[in-house]
Formats: sequence, structure tokens, C-alpha cells
Amino acid sequence: MRLHLRTQTLALLAGIPLLLALFVYVSLRSGPLAPIPVTMSTVENRSIAPALFGIGTVEAQYTYRIGPTIAGRIKRLTVNVGDHVKAGQILGEMDPVDLDERIRSQDAAIRRTEAQLSEAEARLIYASTQTRRYEKLMAANSVSEEIAVGKKHELQLAEAGLNVAKGELARVRSDREALNAQRNNLNLIAPVNGLVAERSADPGTTVVAGQAVVELIDPRTLWVNVRFDQINAQGLKADLPAQIVLRSRMGQALGGRVLRVEPLADMVTEEMLAKVIFDQLPEPLPPVGELAEVTIDLPRLPPAPAILNAAIHRIDGKLGVWQVHNKKLQFIPVELGITDMEGNIQIRSGLKAGDSVVVYSAKPLNLKSRIRIVNSIPEKTR
Amino acid sequence: MISLAGRDIMHAWGKFVFTGLGLGLLIGVTLSMAGIYRGMVDDARALLDNSGADLWVVQKDTLGPYAEPSSIYDDVWRSIRGIQGVIRTANVTYLTMQVRQGERDVRAMITGITAGDPGTPGWPPYLIAGRHITRSHYEAVVDIATGFRIGDRFQIRRNHYTVVGLTRRMVSSSGDPIIFIPLKDARDAQFLKDNDAILQQHRRTTETLAFKPAGVLDAVLASQNANSYVNALLVQVEPGYRIEETAETIRRWKRLTVHTRTQMEEILVGKLIATSAKQIGMFLVILSIVSSAIVAFIIYTLTLGKIREIAVLKLIGTRNRTIAGMIMQQAIALGSIGFVVGKISATLLMAPIFPKYVLLEPLDSIRGFIVVIVICVLSSIFAIRAALKVDPAEAIGG
Repeated sequence: MRLHLRTQTLALLAGIPLLLALFVYVSLRSGPLAPIPVTMSTVENRSIAPALFGIGTVEAQYTYRIGPTIAGRIKRLTVNVGDHVKAGQILGEMDPVDLDERIRSQDAAIRRTEAQLSEAEARLIYASTQTRRYEKLMAANSVSEEIAVGKKHELQLAEAGLNVAKGELARVRSDREALNAQRNNLNLIAPVNGLVAERSADPGTTVVAGQAVVELIDPRTLWVNVRFDQINAQGLKADLPAQIVLRSRMGQALGGRVLRVEPLADMVTEEMLAKVIFDQLPEPLPPVGELAEVTIDLPRLPPAPAILNAAIHRIDGKLGVWQVHNKKLQFIPVELGITDMEGNIQIRSGLKAGDSVVVYSAKPLNLKSRIRIVNSIPEKTR
Repeated sequence: MISLAGRDIMHAWGKFVFTGLGLGLLIGVTLSMAGIYRGMVDDARALLDNSGADLWVVQKDTLGPYAEPSSIYDDVWRSIRGIQGVIRTANVTYLTMQVRQGERDVRAMITGITAGDPGTPGWPPYLIAGRHITRSHYEAVVDIATGFRIGDRFQIRRNHYTVVGLTRRMVSSSGDPIIFIPLKDARDAQFLKDNDAILQQHRRTTETLAFKPAGVLDAVLASQNANSYVNALLVQVEPGYRIEETAETIRRWKRLTVHTRTQMEEILVGKLIATSAKQIGMFLVILSIVSSAIVAFIIYTLTLGKIREIAVLKLIGTRNRTIAGMIMQQAIALGSIGFVVGKISATLLMAPIFPKYVLLEPLDSIRGFIVVIVICVLSSIFAIRAALKVDPAEAIGG
């Protein structure tokens, strides 16, 4: 009995401290009193390659909207969307209505004028023969002077008549050429080698002057119209290399370069615009209007102390990092430099290479926080 | 000096320990319930703390952006930034939605943050892995409670986002984890309709005769797709300036509603989560009353179970004080064991399995301990009364 009691006592005496120890552990190691796990990282002197990131749409540098210069009806269209056409190729024709008939009438007018011309020439020849004959007779005093002068006058009239006929022929010929030009103007002709991007009307449709019937783009001049947030657009300039990722071809980066930065920025969206061209056009061609993500590589910067941007905090309005000195947290204000896409940020002042800073913490830190340095923050969900 | 209470506990230690354990679990549940209540309030505060703002500028006469919908023009910041005392401003949007990742989806609050350096208002104040957003599109920093990991891709509306950083305790006032994405993307997510709706909208507009003249239609369509609203403007006030004065200036001259941190907390805690917090609070009160009653009954029955021994004690002339002391000591011991077990079980067993945050505050534990001891002392008084009234003769009889 005595032994039994002593075992019990011992068990209880052992149990109580165990329970108390667990209690103390629970109180101090969890909840608000627990030390905050943090991870440390060393500031490294390294060169970072900053980059700019923007999104844009594929656009054609030149778009040719081809349509009639006068209102009319489309007679035929020989090309469809997707066709490649050559410079000078006839894409379609407008309905000439009565133009052909007017050309034929003009041809008849030319023939009539030519006949008039030959008539005038015949008159001239006859008049000059007569003049010469009467001049000889006049020299022999066989005819009166009045008749000889009359013949000379007839010759002058015949010469004038010939000139009139010549002028008239030139006029009707020009009219004919004008009609011809109008006739040719009814043809819709490709100004350059290109690709038919749109066919907005079909034969039989009446279109107004200036309305586009066929839209041509030059596929060799596809570019990406990219928008960069102004706050992240430092260093954007022409000729920088770029990587273009098309939305339909995720994971495939195409090479390119900045052609120009637009002098006008978007005031409303606070963005800058730039045109980026492909080094080599992708096959098949991306459709105009496709979304593209563009990363512009800026020149690599000389080595400087750099840390991950996760280490930067703003405490009382100052940007800085947490450092640990003698197990105590200290907030060191820093001045930030350029950052790259991987989140590395250069430190202009406040830190030097080899310094150790807090990168991640499981809770917000303050000067009084108790911390525990770990390799990685346990992935507890709360 | 021998401890009567100790001897008695030793005598029937099994019963005593198991009663203590049972009591402990009951106290554990009560503590957890208090933790749930604190967690709710803390969720609301975390939302405010994490935004890093001194002032929230919202649509006039709304309690936005958390408790009521609010939308203001996205260029309001330009005029507010110029006000004396304002040192930093940042547009922000909030939208709670289901975020899809492959087969599963997770309920999350999408927060659109302004581009800038770490420390910009609205940005997650700390990370536990990865990095902050550096691209102005299609990157995300997520709360670990979403279950996403670094490198995961998920979809919001029609765009895919890559997780680049993880954070903790970034929750909305209803406890949904926050997903931080660039502001422009978030605005799209909030205001952009699905493709079919956009198409239908275009069709309707195109059919409207008023827009038929050439050129007008394009302009109208373009203006329909443009969106220039955000939910709120987060403002940081320069140290040295009085926050309330700056708020008053904005209210007066910009004719917008401005909430300070205190007002925001009142809105969130006092209005947004008021009913559910009261619900939990009421349950906590009932649970506490029931727990106290059970503690009282246990101590009372424990004492009544020893009534014969007490009668013997009285018979051999033990003083009433000694008997009362024994009962009270036992009650306090029982309460202490119960509290220790309760605290351990609440922290290690109960709190981790709740889906929402459970905050077990040390001060709550101390209060709980005091309450438990007081209840034990009070209930032991009833037991002492019963014990002292016992007739010593009962020791022989019965």
C-alpha cells in the first residue's frame, strides 16, 4: 500500500511539472508572445540587369485602305482576306456605268474630227495650188489683182481651218484620255506588296467616295505598340533589345528591339508608348491586334550592393531594412536604386556588401519584436 | 504539516485527474471561442494595418471601401497629393471573388496595388517567401491561406497570373485571403465584363442609330471599354502633420469622404462584423455560464461524494476551517489543472483546426484563469456549506 502510494505520488509529481512545462511552452511559443521567425540574407555586391515590362498589341506599321475616289457600285473584287498581293495588282473594279459608252462616243468624235482634219488639209492643198496658179497669172497680168488677193485670202482661211481642226482633234483626244484615266481609276490597285487584311464590301455594294473596300497591310512591317507604366519606364529609349511574348505563344520569347519611344505619352492612363519591332517575323504571322508582353532589357549596371525587394519596409515614413545586432532588431534606413525583374534592388546608401539583413518574417516587425532566425518560414497557413 | 487536500487527491487521484482533464477540455472550448472572437476582430484590424494608410479617401457619403461599395476617379490622387501634409497616395481596388486554379477555386479578395517601390500604401508590408511585384502586369503576391505556392499560375477573369511572393495574415474583414495584383489588372478584373457581354454591348451600341455617322461609333465603343475608377485612395500623412486636419482639408475642399484609422476601425468592427461578432460573443457568454455551472456542479458532487469522510473528520473533531480549506484547495487545484489543460488543448489541438484565424491573447488567458479560480472558489462555498451542515453521526449511521 505504501509503495503503491509512493508510485502515485511520484507519477503525479512528475506529471505536474511536465504539464506546467507544456503550459509555459504553449504560452510563450505560440500566439502573440511567440518569437517571430525571420530569415536572414547577406547583401551582395552584384551587377543587376534591370528591365522594363509592358504590354501591347501587334499592329501593322502601314495600313492601306483602298477604295474608289468617287461614289459608285463595286463590280468585282478578285481578292479575299489573307491573299498576298503584289504592287500594281488589280484587286477589283468599280462599275463604270456609262463610261464605256462615253469612251466609244468619244472615239467616234475623234474619228469625226480626224475626217474634219483631212478635209481642212484638202482645202489647204487646193487653196495653196490655186494661190500659186493665180500668182503666176497675176505676174502675166492675165487676171485682176482682186482675184489674186481673194485666192491668197482663201489660202489663209484654209490654213486657219486646218489649225482649228488640229486643235479640235487634240481636244477630243485629251477628252478620250481623260475618260480612259477615269476608266482606269475604277480599278482598285494594290500600291505595295502586301496582305489583304480586310474586305469590307462585296460586289454590288454601293460605296461612297473614300470608303475603304479592301484593307492591305504590309506584313513585313508588323510591330508591337507597347504601353509602359510611367513609374516603371526609367531608361526606355530606342534600339534597346526586347523580348516579345505573344499571348497565343506563351513561353516562347521572340527577339526584337525598340524602334522608337513615342513623344506623346498617354495622359489618362499614365503610360508611355513605344513601338517595338521583331528581329525576325514569327511564322505564322501574329494577327494584328494580338496581345503581347514585352520585356525590354536595359544595359547591365555596374556591381553595387543589392538585396531582394522583400527586405524593404517602410517604417514611420522611412524606407529601410531590418538588421539584427546582439539579437535585437534595428531599422536601418536605406536609399533605393534600380530594381530588376527578379526583385533584386540596388542599395545606394545605408548598406554595404556583406551586411546581413532580415528578408522574410512571419509577422510585421517592430523594434521590440522577439525574433528567431530560421532558414525558411514554416508554411503554416495562418 | 500534512495537507488534507493533497492526501485526499492522492487517495482518489484517478477520479481527480480525469475530472480535471474533462474540465480542461471544457475550458479549452471556451478559450477557443474567445480566440475566435478575437480572431474576427483581428482580421478586421489586419486589413487596416496591412494597407499602411493613415487616411482612406472614398466616394462621398459612403463607408467604403470595405463596408460599402465606393468608386472614385483614378486621377483624384493628383489633386489630393498636392494637399499640404500628404506625403504618399496610392489608388487601390478591392474585389472578393472565386479565383480559379485548374480544377479548384479559392475565395479570395483581389487587391489592386499601385506600381512603385516596396512600402507604397496598399502593398503587403512583409513577405514570407518570394519577392514583391516588379512587372506592371500579370504577377501576384498571395496570402499563404490561398494554398498557392511560388510559381503557381491561376486565372482571374481572362488573364493568367504568376505567384511571385507569399505573405501571411493578409485577410479581408471576412477572413478571405488577399491576392495582390497590379492595379490596372485588378481594375480589369473588377469592371471588365466577359467577352460575350462585351460583344453584346458592341452589338447594341452598333445598332443604335444615333451613333451611325462615321467615326462616332468608334469613339463611343472606345469610351465604353475605358474605365477610370478605383475603389479608394490610400493616403499617408507626413509625420508632423495632424492626420485629422489633413482629413478635414480633403473633406472640405475635395468634397470626398475621408475616413481615419479610428473611424475605419469603428466601421469595420462596429458595423461590418458587428452582428457576427456579437453572435460569437453571445455564444461565448452562454458557454462561459454553462462552463461555470458545470464547474460548480463538479466540485459540489465531488464534495458530496466525500460526505462520509467529512463526517468522520468532524467526528474526530477536525476544525471546520480545516475542512473548508481542504475543499477550497481541492477546488482551486481542480480549476488550475483544468485551466492548464484547457490552455494547452486550445492552443495545440483546437485553434489549429479552425478554418479562420483564432487569436488566443495572453490577456484573455489571464482573465480566463481569474474567472476559473473565482468560479471554483464560489462553487466551493456551496460545497463547504453542504459539508459543514453534515451531521457527524452520519459517519456511523447509513
